[in-house]
Amino acid sequence: MIWETVRLSLRSIRRNVLRSFLTLLGIVIGVAAVIAMLTIGSGTTQKVKADISKLGSNLLVVRAGRPAGPGGPGGLDQVVRPLAEKDLAALVAHLTGARAISPASQKQVRVIFGTESLTSGVTGTDSAYLDARDWKLVSGRPFSDSETRSGTGVCLIGETVRQQFFGAGDPEGEIIRVNRTSCKIIGLLEPKGYTGFGQDQDNVVLMPLHAYQRRIAGNRDIDNIYIAADDRTPTSELQPRVEDILRDIRRITPDRESDFGIRDMTQIADAMASATTTMTGMLGAVAGVSLLVGGIGIMNIMLVSVTERTREIGIRLAIGAHEKHILIQFLVEATVLSLLGGIIGILIGLGLAGLASATLTIPFAPSPAVILLAVGFSALIGMVFGFFPALRGARLDPIDALRHE
Amino acid sequence: MAAGAPLITFDKVWKSYGQGEARVHALAGVDFAIRRGEFVAIMGPSGSGKSTAMNIIGCLDTPTAGTYSFMGVDAGRLDRNRRAMLRNLYVGFVFQGYNLLARTTAAENVELPLIYRGVASRERRDLAMQALAQVGLVGREHHTPAELSGGQQQRVAIARAIVTRPTLLVADEPTGNLDTARTHEIMELLTKLNKELGLTVTMVTHEADVADYAERTIRFLDGHVVSDTANLETA
Ligand SMILES: Nc1ncnc2c1ncn2[C@@H]1O[C@H](COP(=O)(O)OP(=O)(O)O)[C@@H](O)[C@H]1O
Ligand SMILES: [Mg+2]
Repeated sequence: MIWETVRLSLRSIRRNVLRSFLTLLGIVIGVAAVIAMLTIGSGTTQKVKADISKLGSNLLVVRAGRPAGPGGPGGLDQVVRPLAEKDLAALVAHLTGARAISPASQKQVRVIFGTESLTSGVTGTDSAYLDARDWKLVSGRPFSDSETRSGTGVCLIGETVRQQFFGAGDPEGEIIRVNRTSCKIIGLLEPKGYTGFGQDQDNVVLMPLHAYQRRIAGNRDIDNIYIAADDRTPTSELQPRVEDILRDIRRITPDRESDFGIRDMTQIADAMASATTTMTGMLGAVAGVSLLVGGIGIMNIMLVSVTERTREIGIRLAIGAHEKHILIQFLVEATVLSLLGGIIGILIGLGLAGLASATLTIPFAPSPAVILLAVGFSALIGMVFGFFPALRGARLDPIDALRHE
Repeated sequence: MAAGAPLITFDKVWKSYGQGEARVHALAGVDFAIRRGEFVAIMGPSGSGKSTAMNIIGCLDTPTAGTYSFMGVDAGRLDRNRRAMLRNLYVGFVFQGYNLLARTTAAENVELPLIYRGVASRERRDLAMQALAQVGLVGREHHTPAELSGGQQQRVAIARAIVTRPTLLVADEPTGNLDTARTHEIMELLTKLNKELGLTVTMVTHEADVADYAERTIRFLDGHVVSDTANLETA
């Protein structure tokens, strides 16, 4: 009986292909939007989380200047006292619960090899940096301690830099010019791709901190100190210890605020994730409106269908159909119609999400739960908005209906 | 139902439309009874209440006053769904305009009443084929109404009416749209069904030679029965 009714409704939908399709447009667009947005949204969330964890999981970043909100710049109301070698030394000497502590100073600098040139993020650091950031080498070796100490002209390069200068070739042992100094490539970093914010993480050059300070920055400042917590220590526990040690070494009296900030990357990751969730939620509401419009479209077309088929309803009632048979027939038709729209919408939505993930290089993350929900929701829309027209059909008087032209 | 009791009884049946000044009595106190197996023609001028009476007989409609009993049941007081059930179980309809579902094959049209009975699809197909054979339409099962002549369409409608093996066939001007040759073919078919299956037939017609196929003629005028006579055996 139900199968019979489903077949019947498919047939009547097929008879009016164009009309059915136009009717479905609302549902198709609504569902496609929901699916695309939720899929892209969860891909973005995954990407952001992955990016943040690429920055290093359980990572604290210390920088000079008064702390502002997460990710915000330091206050401008004070002359910033930079971080220095002795701050780093104090942390190395006294901090417990850290897996790696590493200084880093950064600058966008023109890098030249032969006739090619490229503006890269050049970082002066030490050998603990790779450990702190969880970066790996594809080939070559990290700086030795003596290279770090003496500030030898050696460097590690990222994949983008290699491709620019050497194509697929082996860069090891080549000499590149960074600003007005030269350095020898001793290793190649593992490719990391783009961040969610479109920043190329492979367009980098690492060199010993002292070399960077002397030849590029022209000062003895340290921009950041990266501190990776060990497995047993949560960053929330590590953070106050870092603060105590630095306040002590920088001689900040208890009545004054710290003149440095400590950013917890885990917190930032959570904040980013919840920001994308809020965004997908808002876009979801917009999609909800188009689904409502789609539902009204279904209602409209079902009313037309019931009117057009008044005589058919009369015939069915005359030969013994009950009210419920007619009701079910039109309800099923509305449901099948809107389910069809939902399925088309899901396919289009997934297609769009796939396209977006390819162009934005975010993971394609379709969620079975979301798809199932969309299927159920579009069926529900058909039932809810199909009910009134179906009831109208079922309540027809058979004699009037048979007389209808 | 007691043995020998009539299949259909109209007891002072009134059917009125409208209110006050505009009130029209389509039936104004109609009495008659029809036994099982009878073949009754109903005649009368246009607007005399024939279709109204047929709709009540077929349990599509209910009287405004008086009693209509069908198979001993006070059918005039049953609700919509119970009357739908009676129609599905005991009544077959044939209309002047055939009333087949468009773009639906002959076989599917004939199967329709069986769907509402919950008959399985295989059995439905067999019964539909049998009914189509009974009305002489073998080989036309998969034609849609648009591909069939008027006479053939009316045969499909008759097959649909008898596929449930009803007790009563209600035919409102079944030959009204057909030419003379087709009219006589359809009347011969109805006569055969009446004789061979014992199907009770009530039929509205304007034409005397069509009414002659029946055993009895009831004449209506202005909502009253003006005559109720047995037809002389002509055959
Ligand atoms: N639904 C209705 N509303 C108002 N008047 C009706 C309705 N149905 C029938 N009538 C009136 O009842 C009378 C009998 O109609 P009907 O039974 O169709 O006549 P017949 O079939 O004999 O031509 C007519 O005057 C008709 O106008
Ligand atoms: Mg009439």
